Amino acid sequence: MSFQLFIFYVFAIIMVFAAARVITVRNPVYAAMFLVLTFFTAAAIWMLLEAEFLAVTLVLVYVGAVMVLFLFVVMMLDINVEPLREGFVKYLPVGILVGSIMFLEMVFLLTQRYFPSENFPAPAAKPANYSNTEELGRLLYSDYLFHFEVAALILMVAIVAAIALTMRRRSDTKYQRPGLQVQVKKEDRLRVVSMDTESKS
Amino acid sequence: MDNLHLATPEIFMLFASCAVLVVDLFLKPGQRHMTYWLTQGSLLITLLLTYGQVGDTAGTAFSGAYTVDGMSAVLKSWILLIAIGGFVYTRDYIKDREIANGEYYVLGLFGVMGMMIMTSSNNLLTIYLGLELLALSLYAMVALYRSNADASEAAMKYFVLGALASGMLLYGMSMVYGSTGSLDLATISQALTTSDAGSTGARFGLTFIIVGLAFKLGAVPFHMWVPDVYDGAPTSVTLYISTAPKIAAFAMIIRLLVDGLEVLSSDWTLMFAILAALSLVVGNLLAIAQQNIKRMLAYSTISHVGFLLLGMVAANPEGYSASMFYAITYAFTTLAAFGVLLVLSRNGEEAVMLDDLSGLFRRNALAATVMMVALISLAGVPPLVGFYAKLSVLKAVISAGYVWLAVIAVIMSVVGAFYYLRAIKMMFFDDPVDSSEVPARMDVNATLAVNGLAVVVLGIFPGWIMAVCVRAFAG
Repeated sequence: MSFQLFIFYVFAIIMVFAAARVITVRNPVYAAMFLVLTFFTAAAIWMLLEAEFLAVTLVLVYVGAVMVLFLFVVMMLDINVEPLREGFVKYLPVGILVGSIMFLEMVFLLTQRYFPSENFPAPAAKPANYSNTEELGRLLYSDYLFHFEVAALILMVAIVAAIALTMRRRSDTKYQRPGLQVQVKKEDRLRVVSMDTESKS
Repeated sequence: MDNLHLATPEIFMLFASCAVLVVDLFLKPGQRHMTYWLTQGSLLITLLLTYGQVGDTAGTAFSGAYTVDGMSAVLKSWILLIAIGGFVYTRDYIKDREIANGEYYVLGLFGVMGMMIMTSSNNLLTIYLGLELLALSLYAMVALYRSNADASEAAMKYFVLGALASGMLLYGMSMVYGSTGSLDLATISQALTTSDAGSTGARFGLTFIIVGLAFKLGAVPFHMWVPDVYDGAPTSVTLYISTAPKIAAFAMIIRLLVDGLEVLSSDWTLMFAILAALSLVVGNLLAIAQQNIKRMLAYSTISHVGFLLLGMVAANPEGYSASMFYAITYAFTTLAAFGVLLVLSRNGEEAVMLDDLSGLFRRNALAATVMMVALISLAGVPPLVGFYAKLSVLKAVISAGYVWLAVIAVIMSVVGAFYYLRAIKMMFFDDPVDSSEVPARMDVNATLAVNGLAVVVLGIFPGWIMAVCVRAFAG
């Protein structure tokens, strides 16, 4: 077993363990943390596959941005997880049965006999000066331009939908009008009241 | 960047949708009809551009990601035509319910764009992106009716199950990509033909792809979301979901399974046979028990999806063109049925129960007649277009040797005729619960009349569309 294979198994085991913990821990904050660990080990495995740019992006975008947002939501909203767990024990036997049947079927099908690894040779290692980022960029803006544009369109639909679904005009909302605010004069706000002086007695 | 001109309809549509989005921001509340006319105008121009491609135009653009062929131009023209008709029907309905914002129209346009991309895709990634563009627009359109709790619930269900289906589809696609080493449908087909190496992996992926497709189409046993979404969504969105996307879904099946994985057709015909038989039985039997007309039409959709898949079971050009004819005619017949429901849902009232239809003939003769024509056509009674659609599918199935499937289909069509005829009996012979007249705008009346007439005339002369469908698979 080469050292690289050893590293792969270490990361793979950590990843499967972390992914399993995401759905089994009781505390949602811990679940989010385990999800961070899952993403991080996935990034490490991508690094082994020489997909450096994707690995770094996964850490930056998912671990750095998306999961922080996730944690915010989990902490801000007081989610009661008890109703979500209702019926867990009731459906567990059926779930285990169906899951294990599917698992066994997959194992049976995807073994060496029907799915030999000789059919899928490992790609040759790239030279040291090969830039993964540059190649991705070149492909993205040439062969995959159409997909790039459609993906951009999907993001726009997401923005339109998010704004349309959450923006509502409420009658009790207070607005500031900066235009009127700066036109305020001393007379509008300040009233000088003349009073007789009072003597200390 | 060769052949960029092939994508002119999509490119125009993209610019037009963005223009509608921006122009709408500057409109005052009283000027909303501008958004409507701009939407219709952009759909109409796109339709003209697309229709210009019908015939001999063929080729690929964007490094093989996008294709125009005999099938795509025809199906896209129908999608656009049905979208235009749908917006005519929905105009007053969404205005009454205060969901007629610019966003409704823009999401509708983006959804149409997604369908066009699905129809023109030549690549696993393009199919997936087009599907997601359509699906995201649909989830948002269902949820837009925020003052209605049912609509929010339906949107949630639709979103969760839709995401699950997308996951299945994507997993299947990744297995196919892994075993054949390409995203391009033609290359996948060639790789599977020339060598046997990737076929196990591709078959494994195929199973997941079919589960994803069945979820999206609403075929039994993946149909649970259909009645809830049809019922919970505002009727205008139900109309949108149940018409043009069915044509796009048909195109997606053809692209994935015929253009890409036809080598494995011996595997997927059996899966489709099971899905079709179950959909026909469950859809028709459960539709009988429904008192809610939107749920009844939802179960009827499930049974028609069964028929659509039946044509695919034949796995030959005859079957594909029969299915294509079925998808097109089903879409515009359902358009008429939901158009009538929208005419009835006026002044804040919803026409959802079957009782709301009773005595319709005395309240609005045109709407009742169009509804009758649509329902009889869905039941498959000659000389309407639904009869010819069913006949050509059955012919293809029998000549492919699946007589048992044809027998199930015929028996279930007879069962299905019961609930369509019950609705017609209520419209014409029962006393109305509320005998007030149901007025409709001029343009809605005209569209209903044309739509109803199309169901009749194309039923008597089906040759024109059938010839187009046959030519789409002749090459």
